[in-house]
Amino acid sequence: MKEIVVIIGGGIAGLEAASQLLKLGYSPIIIEKEDHLGGKVANWHKLFPDMTPAKDIVDELIASSKDSNIFLNTEISFINRLQDSYNIKLSNGISIMTKYILCTTGFRLFEAEKKEEYGYGIYNQVITNGDLEHWFNTGKDERIENSSMQAIGFVHCVGSRDEKARNSQCSKVCCITAIKQAIELKEKFPDAQIYCFYMDLRLFGKKFEDFYIKAQKDYGIHFIRGRVSEVSENIEGKVIVKAEDTLAGKPIKVTLDLLVLMSGMVCNPDTHKMAGMMALQVDSDGFLKSHDNVFHITSSTKKGIFYAGACTGPKTVPETLAEARSAVLDIHSQIISGQ
Amino acid sequence: MSIFGFRISPSSAINLDKVDRTRFEELCRIEPDAMRCMACGSCSATCPAATFSGMSVRKVLLNLQRGKEEEAFRLMSNCMLCGKCTMVCPRGINTRHIILSICRIYEKEAGR
Ligand SMILES: Cc1cc2nc3c(=O)[nH]c(=O)nc-3n(C[C@H](O)[C@H](O)[C@H](O)COP(=O)(O)OP(=O)(O)OC[C@H]3O[C@@H](n4cnc5c(N)ncnc54)[C@H](O)[C@@H]3O)c2cc1C
Ligand code: SF4
Ligand code: SF4
Ligand code: SF4
Repeated sequence: MKEIVVIIGGGIAGLEAASQLLKLGYSPIIIEKEDHLGGKVANWHKLFPDMTPAKDIVDELIASSKDSNIFLNTEISFINRLQDSYNIKLSNGISIMTKYILCTTGFRLFEAEKKEEYGYGIYNQVITNGDLEHWFNTGKDERIENSSMQAIGFVHCVGSRDEKARNSQCSKVCCITAIKQAIELKEKFPDAQIYCFYMDLRLFGKKFEDFYIKAQKDYGIHFIRGRVSEVSENIEGKVIVKAEDTLAGKPIKVTLDLLVLMSGMVCNPDTHKMAGMMALQVDSDGFLKSHDNVFHITSSTKKGIFYAGACTGPKTVPETLAEARSAVLDIHSQIISGQ
Repeated sequence: MSIFGFRISPSSAINLDKVDRTRFEELCRIEPDAMRCMACGSCSATCPAATFSGMSVRKVLLNLQRGKEEEAFRLMSNCMLCGKCTMVCPRGINTRHIILSICRIYEKEAGR
């Protein structure tokens, strides 16, 4: 009999894991609470650093995992731990017995309205990185269409590295996402001045620094070191941003047609619910706690339960895919050693 | 001048809405690298004029971008064009050449 592996979360981590498990001859079951597969990446337009269309990646993953059992619009009702396996009851009434569970529940975008001083949901011309990706994909957003677009700002670290927002961790992908989105907007509005307000630029990945230099040199994006302190609206409906230009040591002010907030990657509340059912440990940053952060990132402390992707912390797409493969290999080794 | 009483000092704040970018953009056309500075400070740290005058290529570029041209010229007047800053810049910016280009462009525009 083919060994069943239950994958909770049909984002790119879950899909890649399913496709690899199929190749090894196992029988993966994907449980996805939304009505579509692909998770967050299905909402993005183009991916840094190569500007790969996100849709291509998601379509390819869906195609290679299509022989799995897939339950959409489905959640976990409860999980019972038996002797050496788990009994999972789904919201559609189906029960599954398995020895192996892979959690790929991903992250949630920080709710930008919680940082009230930035005016998301209060001022019309303040949007988030997620909204901007949506506009790139659909071309529909009145806030962008109806403005002149002479000046655009990006605020880094919104809800990240911020104890006031109860997230002291760095979301890792938003610096490079801001640069990517700034370039994309400059291509659409070549006459606009674009400003990125950052605290540190964290461009760790392959080709990221090249992207930064390109943004500076070829696109003339202005990088201003300083955290935006407050945003207000003027009578014409434009937003006024105040910060300190810490490199100049002077207060700085600018009026913008659009302000994009780089909402961070934070832990998914659904993941906490699920972790509660399996008594999994949650780390101090709110993400699932791996066995350790060096050697066994894809293992939990519980036998038979594995992790991959952004459920254990902010990750890029290639990192998420690599973790999915690595988790599958861990599961495979456990299965063949008969544990 | 009275040394007592209140005095309102002019605001040091930078208002990006009012910055005239014409000359800086002209500079960037002939010196595209002027935008690539990442503010590491190596140029200022190595500059023999810095200790005495505060000269810093980083600050010159920043002041020009923020519309504080007078401040940039004041700093630049201390440069000896020795080129040490170019030797150390990790971004490989030809800072000495940029200084010369700034002199050319801004002098031309200012009619000096
Ligand atoms: C604005 C932005 C832009 C980005 N752009 C890029 C980029 O250009 N390049 C790049 O490399 N990375 C990018 N990233 C990072 C990328 O989004 C992540 O690496 C990726 O989404 C992680 O995939 P995942 O499958 O782990 O999680 P997710 O994408 O979050 O997927 C998790 C899935 O699990 C489901 N789920 C959650 N809980 C449950 C539950 N309890 N039961 C059932 N299903 C559940 C969710 O509905 C979702 O479908 C970006 C991130 C942001 C925020
Ligand atoms: S990646 Fe950049 S923007 Fe995102 S939290 Fe880290 S420092 Fe802030
Ligand atoms: S060229 Fe000018 S700025 Fe550069 S190190 Fe010499 S004196 Fe300093
Ligand atoms: S050394 Fe180069 S990158 Fe560093 S501050 Fe000076 S000009 Fe900028």
